[in-house]
Amino acid sequence: MSIKPIERAASVTPQSVARKVRGLSDRAIAWLFVAPTILLLLAINIFPLIWTVRLSFTNFRVNRPNREADFVGLRNYERILTDGDIWVTMQATAHFLFWTIVLQVLIGFTLAYLINKKFRGSDLWTTVIVLPMMLSPAVVGNFWTFLYQPQIGLFNYVVGFLSGTDPSGFSMIGEVALAPWAIVIVDTWMWTPFVMLICLAGLRSIPESIYEAAECDRASKWRQFWTITIPMVLPFLMLAVLFRGIENFKMFDLVVQLTGGGPGSTTELTSINLKREAFEKWRTGYASAYAVILFVTVFGLASIYVKALNKVKER
Amino acid sequence: MSFSVTEPSARQKLFAGALVLVYAVVTIMPLAWIIATGFKTPSDAIAYPPKVVFEPSLEGYVNLFTTRTRASAETLENLGEPQTWYDSIVRENDMVIVGPSRYGERFLNSVIIGFGSTFLSVFLGTIAAYAFSRFKVPLKDDLMFFILSTRMMPPIAVAIPIFLMYRELGLNDTHLGMILLYTAVNLSLSVWLLKGFIDEIPVEYEEAALIDGYTRFQAFYKVVLPQAATGIASTAIFCLIFAWNEYAFAVLLTSGTAQTAPPFIPTIIGVGGQDWPAVAAGATLFLVPVMVFTILLRKHLLRGITFGAVRK
Repeated sequence: MSIKPIERAASVTPQSVARKVRGLSDRAIAWLFVAPTILLLLAINIFPLIWTVRLSFTNFRVNRPNREADFVGLRNYERILTDGDIWVTMQATAHFLFWTIVLQVLIGFTLAYLINKKFRGSDLWTTVIVLPMMLSPAVVGNFWTFLYQPQIGLFNYVVGFLSGTDPSGFSMIGEVALAPWAIVIVDTWMWTPFVMLICLAGLRSIPESIYEAAECDRASKWRQFWTITIPMVLPFLMLAVLFRGIENFKMFDLVVQLTGGGPGSTTELTSINLKREAFEKWRTGYASAYAVILFVTVFGLASIYVKALNKVKER
Repeated sequence: MSFSVTEPSARQKLFAGALVLVYAVVTIMPLAWIIATGFKTPSDAIAYPPKVVFEPSLEGYVNLFTTRTRASAETLENLGEPQTWYDSIVRENDMVIVGPSRYGERFLNSVIIGFGSTFLSVFLGTIAAYAFSRFKVPLKDDLMFFILSTRMMPPIAVAIPIFLMYRELGLNDTHLGMILLYTAVNLSLSVWLLKGFIDEIPVEYEEAALIDGYTRFQAFYKVVLPQAATGIASTAIFCLIFAWNEYAFAVLLTSGTAQTAPPFIPTIIGVGGQDWPAVAAGATLFLVPVMVFTILLRKHLLRGITFGAVRK
């Protein structure tokens, strides 16, 4: 940043606006208006975060408040990074992240592309498609366990009907091979409209004149798609991927209700694993170190990604 | 109709429309199934093949709102004729109603915490957004980014110290504690969205008001607020939907008095397994308001879900 905070503070109020003000100065109002938000965020986000960092260097356990907690240095971090189970969790998370993003981008973009053909009733259908995204993931996730029931579940029935397999022959949430896909399917069902809406905004932002110019130059439709449509939508698409990436890295409610991390730990994503350490095994110090690692990872990856996004936008 | 080289042909439109329609029907199926299951009897709900046509029953809704106990034939005989329609539904299964269920309370908690936190986050968000939009706040960009970054934290990661802090302060499992927590989570959304909306109001309106002798405060609530009303309303609905749907904090920090509906609905259990019609009835009552809001919001949806990053 080029301007120093002090210089900014010095030029806080534009003269033209400040002249007629009575009562509080603009600077006082600015602080009065911003302070409650900052204070609340400090109290409920930053203070707990600092506390987490402090706890992460101890062997404190919430369920044994009377025992003196010892400072253990970096031992919690060392343990986490060398623990094989954590890598299983990370793999499950990576599988979930990768496939949800791939499917949502493909389906979401296709839908947006189709809706952009502006057929009659497209607004109505867009609204219908968007509905799942706004609903409570926990409540919906819980109901999906019913749809996934062998035999009686609607999902199994439809899949059985279409593929000719026995609807009671497979269990999406009970089988090790299928459970990772069960959560991918529900997340894709829920969040594809999110990617779709953002892509649609991207498609609508492309000026028609560019296509008209391309048409004059006799560029084929195929060529137009790859040299105009895709590059122009890319920044929007990348933004959608950023949002979905952060949200799914934090994923908890939907999956906890669907599979609870099971069977075994095949769908135990990082947040679910963390919840087990913190609120079932009550290893508070260890879980705090875990939380710090997760936060640093999200923040670090997101920052790198935003830099890349800005580069694409500048082009 | 104007002719344009970029206008899709009628055939393309038909093809696109048909594909989107198919997707819409598939995607709406699970939701339709929730609503339909709420009106089934437990045996219809688990029938094979799944029943699309069935005789509607209110048993799910009655089970949702009551607790029941099995009664012997003798007891049932002594009770005489059922007094109400819901009594008779329950009697058919050899049960008697012994009291209300906790669903009503949980739903009410959702309403109190949802509206309380929405009011607070929109109030604080509006004034902060106004300050960020109109004044040269020192470190403005850094503060705005700080506010946004609070949203990146996994809820479970901050839940540990919040749990400890709330225990010290006596805020665990209280409405106030949850309202403050959801307010803090929603502030990032409300500040970012509202700053976008207020940025769009021409600053000349306020300057005119100031020249006419209004104070800053008067200009704010007599000129800016009415202009921002639509933006404030849609921000409020987004905050409400988030607080309404939130699960992670609710399940970790509340257990009794302040528990909201999302952690409660999956725990509805009938005799011998989950009572799916009751679960579906509970889910329907809980989800339908959000569906209505989504339809009302459709013009501002994109803006809300991207924190104002994409405005269309």
